[in-house]
Amino acid sequence: MIPSLEQLSDQFTRLIRLGAVTPNVEDSTAAAPGPTATPPPSPGPVQPVDYSLKGYHLDVTVSPGQVVLAAEILDQNGFGLDAITGVDWIAQNELEVVYDYFHPLSPLRVAVRARVPRGHPELPTLSGVFPGANWHERETHDFFGIRFLGHPDLTPFLLPEDADYHPLRKDFNA
Amino acid sequence: MIASNDIPSRTNPQETFVLNLGPQHPATHGVLRIKMTMNGEYVTRAEPVIGYIHRMHEKMGENRTWAQFLPNTGRIDYLSALHYNHAFVGVVERALRLEVPRRAEYIRVITSELNRISSHLVWWSAFLLDLGGFTPLLYAFDDREKILDLLEGVTGSRLTYCYFRFGGLCNDIDDEFIKGTRAFVAQMRPRLKMYRELVTDNIILRKRLEGIGPISAEMCRKYGATGPVIRGSGVAYDVRRSEPYSVYPEFDFEIPVFPEGDSMARYLVRMEEMAQSLRIIEQALGKLPPGPVMGKVPRVLKLPPGDYCYAVEAARGRFLVRTVSDHKEIPYRVKLRTPSFSNLSLYEEASKGMMLPDALALLGSLDLVIPDIDR
Repeated sequence: MIPSLEQLSDQFTRLIRLGAVTPNVEDSTAAAPGPTATPPPSPGPVQPVDYSLKGYHLDVTVSPGQVVLAAEILDQNGFGLDAITGVDWIAQNELEVVYDYFHPLSPLRVAVRARVPRGHPELPTLSGVFPGANWHERETHDFFGIRFLGHPDLTPFLLPEDADYHPLRKDFNA
Repeated sequence: MIASNDIPSRTNPQETFVLNLGPQHPATHGVLRIKMTMNGEYVTRAEPVIGYIHRMHEKMGENRTWAQFLPNTGRIDYLSALHYNHAFVGVVERALRLEVPRRAEYIRVITSELNRISSHLVWWSAFLLDLGGFTPLLYAFDDREKILDLLEGVTGSRLTYCYFRFGGLCNDIDDEFIKGTRAFVAQMRPRLKMYRELVTDNIILRKRLEGIGPISAEMCRKYGATGPVIRGSGVAYDVRRSEPYSVYPEFDFEIPVFPEGDSMARYLVRMEEMAQSLRIIEQALGKLPPGPVMGKVPRVLKLPPGDYCYAVEAARGRFLVRTVSDHKEIPYRVKLRTPSFSNLSLYEEASKGMMLPDALALLGSLDLVIPDIDR
């Protein structure tokens, strides 16, 4: 099944609206630093973007509690997990987790992102939906110290086995 | 004398032991370690342990300019350096909307495809070495040497190329390269035919690979496995087709797909891919446009704020660069999504219940490059 951009946008918009009506635990923690820490006005949570400039088609921003639901939508539409990574927005005291998805049968590319506070970087694991998320999340935990709740094994992966630092945080100095 | 049923391993068929493969082991082709829990000859669990040559390329990306990071890209997958060059110059060109001269794009395709063939030749020889055949290596390295000489002539290096530039190339190709590449294409075709007759159709190889290590298309999708692995599982996914970049849409070539999903299918995909690369090179040489190889590029590169992605089809699959810029000369974040990392991640599930020699055949059929996993 090959999804269209419009169908996907609709599904995500519905998901995000649903999240606003019934906030769960993760939502309330994520919402707390929200008003003060996001100076650039976000253009909306589900945003079609110019592929020729950005390299993907759809940019979806969800709350940390919704990343698994977003992954389920993409899984049902036949997407594969491309990568999971982080970005340290130290000025806003937030860590962003970016999930890239590719589709084996269509050119559609989707980026899903969620932000967590730097002091309490936790969000659920995707490894129940995409087993391939296991390694990507372990790597993201190594580099950023983001804890993926329910992950089977968050021990250091690429870093030495006794590593207790997170080198891609902007305040890490080697 | 001890009766055979007194030997502990025979009295308890459920007893397992741990077999440590690597980090220094000929079959891992680099420093990869696999913790294998074995039940006799059978693998109950194979857990890859990685990170032995982790160099933190992504942090290096955050403390040097865009141009200074370019040589790093040739050192991630050292067998497929030009594809990685391509992805990184591509992401900058995309963000700055730089115009790349058509001649430069054609040369990028020619050199990339040569690089793909040389990479597949290394895989082919190393894989057959794993399976116990030493001779093919001597043949493959003979062919590969010709590619390395050709690429050395234009890029200046033999392996870790840094040939592409933002907006073009650092050197134009010369007549010697064109003549040499034409000669190579003419000579490689009969060699591939010989490899088919000598190795691919060999009954011993077939028995070692057919039906061994089946990977389904669904498993590839769930783990993000790409390249010859997903194409050996019946999915015609190739970044050159599905997300066309550079001038690839201007060439007539096929995406080899084999539906069996076993190690033989992955083998056949790569063998067929070399023939297709030769076709692309021939076409590109035939209609190579004249003109400059370097476009207009600002002296100081500052990408507009935002994030940018660029994916290419490297020899091992989809390589994606995801960068974040905050309008400085230095990237805010460089993420390198490498194909070997995702391809290896399915190994634990795929190798369950296999016999040890078969599990090693599966490992070789994934075509791993360890610095590509560890980065």
